[in-house]
Amino acid sequence: MIPELGHLALILALLLAIAQAGFPLIGSLTGHRPWMAMARPLAYGQLAFVAIAFAALADAFLISDFSVLYVSQHSNTLLPDIYKFSAVWGGHEGSLLLWALMLAGWGAAVATFSRNLPLPVVARVISVLGLVAIGFLLFMLLTSNPFERHFPVPPEGRDLNPLLQDFGLAVHPPMLYMGYVGFSVAFAFAIAALIGGKLDAAWARWSRPWTLVAWVFLTIGIALGSWWAYYELGWGGWWFWDPVENASLMPWLVGTALIHSLAVTEKRAAFKSWTVLLAISAFSLSLLGTFLVRSGVLTSVHAFATDPARGLFILIFLCLVIGGSLSLYAWRAPQVAEGGRFGLVSRESALLVNNLLFVAFTVLVLFGTLAPLIYEAFDLGKISVGFPWFNKMFLALAPFLALLLGIGPLARWKQDDPWRLTRLLKTAFVLSIAIMAIGNLPIVSGGAAWVPVGLALATWLVVAHLHLLRERLQHKQAGWPRALLADLGGNGRSFYAMVIAHLGVAVFIVGVTMVSNHEIEKDVRMSPGDSHELAGYRFEFLGARKVDGPNYIADQGHFLVYRGKRQVAELFPEKRAYLGGGMPMTEAAIDAGVFRDIYVSLGEGVGGGDWALRLYYKPYVRWIWMGAVLMALGGAIAVSDRRYRNARARRSAPAGVLDAKA
Amino acid sequence: MSPRIKSLALSALLLLGSGSVSAYTLEEFKFDSPAQEAEFRDLIGKLRCLVCQNESLAGSQAGLAQDLRNEVYAMMRAGQPKDEILDFLVERYGDFVLYEPPLKPSTYLLWFGPFVFIGVGAFVVVRTLLGKKQAQDEPLSEAERERLQALMDPQRDAHSSDS
Repeated sequence: MIPELGHLALILALLLAIAQAGFPLIGSLTGHRPWMAMARPLAYGQLAFVAIAFAALADAFLISDFSVLYVSQHSNTLLPDIYKFSAVWGGHEGSLLLWALMLAGWGAAVATFSRNLPLPVVARVISVLGLVAIGFLLFMLLTSNPFERHFPVPPEGRDLNPLLQDFGLAVHPPMLYMGYVGFSVAFAFAIAALIGGKLDAAWARWSRPWTLVAWVFLTIGIALGSWWAYYELGWGGWWFWDPVENASLMPWLVGTALIHSLAVTEKRAAFKSWTVLLAISAFSLSLLGTFLVRSGVLTSVHAFATDPARGLFILIFLCLVIGGSLSLYAWRAPQVAEGGRFGLVSRESALLVNNLLFVAFTVLVLFGTLAPLIYEAFDLGKISVGFPWFNKMFLALAPFLALLLGIGPLARWKQDDPWRLTRLLKTAFVLSIAIMAIGNLPIVSGGAAWVPVGLALATWLVVAHLHLLRERLQHKQAGWPRALLADLGGNGRSFYAMVIAHLGVAVFIVGVTMVSNHEIEKDVRMSPGDSHELAGYRFEFLGARKVDGPNYIADQGHFLVYRGKRQVAELFPEKRAYLGGGMPMTEAAIDAGVFRDIYVSLGEGVGGGDWALRLYYKPYVRWIWMGAVLMALGGAIAVSDRRYRNARARRSAPAGVLDAKA
Repeated sequence: MSPRIKSLALSALLLLGSGSVSAYTLEEFKFDSPAQEAEFRDLIGKLRCLVCQNESLAGSQAGLAQDLRNEVYAMMRAGQPKDEILDFLVERYGDFVLYEPPLKPSTYLLWFGPFVFIGVGAFVVVRTLLGKKQAQDEPLSEAERERLQALMDPQRDAHSSDS
């Protein structure tokens, strides 16, 4: 009964979405206020019904209702409750429902936090979100209904993919989807602005916090995915250039370009049509990611579905969204005047090059992901494009981005004096060269040419941003501590947010450089009582025993790790066989530290109590995720800047002022 | 179709879709020296697991990957130089077996395409920048600015915002 209610709720949500896409938009075009005013209630209504559907599916999982096909495929009575709940989005249908829930959530958030916006703008934004929702709800109802029943009812479910029975993967998709779907708001603002024919600084200021929030979620989502892959897949990598990872990286790259170009549009009213194009691209790439993952065009660990009907639907949807918005862009954008003059050496120029590089990265990823398909389609032979190609191509460009990142924030808007910049960056340059020389010593670099380069670039970034801080604070009369506090309390927050996010890049660079060049891995065979030396640590193997988990049986190894005489860690790596069947899973044991991780993964039992094992020493690997966390933190702080709150606090804005003529 | 290729195709069918998630180890291979082990690691890192999605021979658990590893190991022990081993495998399985696509006319697009794109993009950017110098400054009109201020900052924030 409850699953049918869920199904019904989805159908009602679809009807509401159709109304949401239609009435407010038509109202905004004809100036009919009551229709525009329907936008908010419809957005709330849609959220309510999608939430009911989601709750119905969650309920079916929690009570193990295996008469629901989707539940029987992705759950099991033995599954711990938390994973029963996260199993709701453990497969294709449920993850779409989660997507729709978030879309409705973002719509309701726009409805709530847009009191100061002119009504026609709100109406158009919410209508565009309604259009997107129609696509997803139709997709679900036509090809991927999560509430489908089947008969006979199996006594037991098939179990959730053991890979997904993990905390990291329980929270990774929601974060990622919040990011993906969040870009739909930036997209909706862009489309609304195109429809209204008014792209201005106000539009940029409205869409900026929304874009930042989406970007923060996406950053966290990607970092969680990387962290999860690191500890769960059992071979200690943190990025694989898997098509599914690439699918999430592309919107992130374009989104990063977007938040920078929005800054220019807000401050200087320049780059307007370019910013709109980026907003359209960011969301289109989110959809493309969904298409690549869901259609099964690229099969990989993550692809749950291979169904041509689904692929076709997404392809058509994708063409409609991208084609429609680009046509609108082509039609409307030329009318939007490009403003804001700036010189060759200026903040604007730096941000333009930043955008060029981020778009280039996106093209790289897109091209590398699709190349095998293209080559196959045109009969050019089968090729494999994996991490060797991606690493080489990224490393060819990344240093330029890092160099620019040291210069851009110091440059002034409009026009700057190259000699002023040179003087400012002198110290950073000298220190970076010094670090490069130190990094080049064999004891530091271990012979790897990238070590001095990476460390020098990180130094360059840090010193340049310290200069930036000094620049800002030294001229304040009140003295720097007070100036700092005043900044943090008020409008200056976004400045510190930027510094924090950029320092995150430096931290990330150090992490990647060190772990890529200095990690040590060793395959060994050990008997109980054996010990093995690796990177100054002694691993003592005490043996393995059987342990029972809630829905698996595991072999659990027991290790003591010593540094000299001191015991630094006690590790219990596992190899699990899930009762639901499938491949055995390696549960690596990790002793995490700021400067190094020690990582043990259990291979095969080779008889007589002996085990084949893999030991890893991973220096600075945490810095990769710490860097990502700093970037996300920067984004979050930027959103809290007072100028957005001011805009939000004002409730009684005269509606329609900005685009009365629409 | 040789029997070997047939069995390869069959294993490919069977193995497709089965993710490989546990760590195999190199323990079973014995080496004369650490240098030889490093060379072996390097070699299997350059080769691709033919039936997996996006995995090198070094990372893969698949049975076929194990067979191929054994073969590479045997060739190496027989004293064949690295290049010869790679050539032999490319001849048998095609370029697909190399994890890094080789540089040759059919892959020029892959290796240089992105840079051509960047070159064109850079050209457009530079042209825009130079064009900007002559372009008319088109600031917000006074009326627009007023309206924007009234809408955004009712309290007329005194601070200069910067980010």
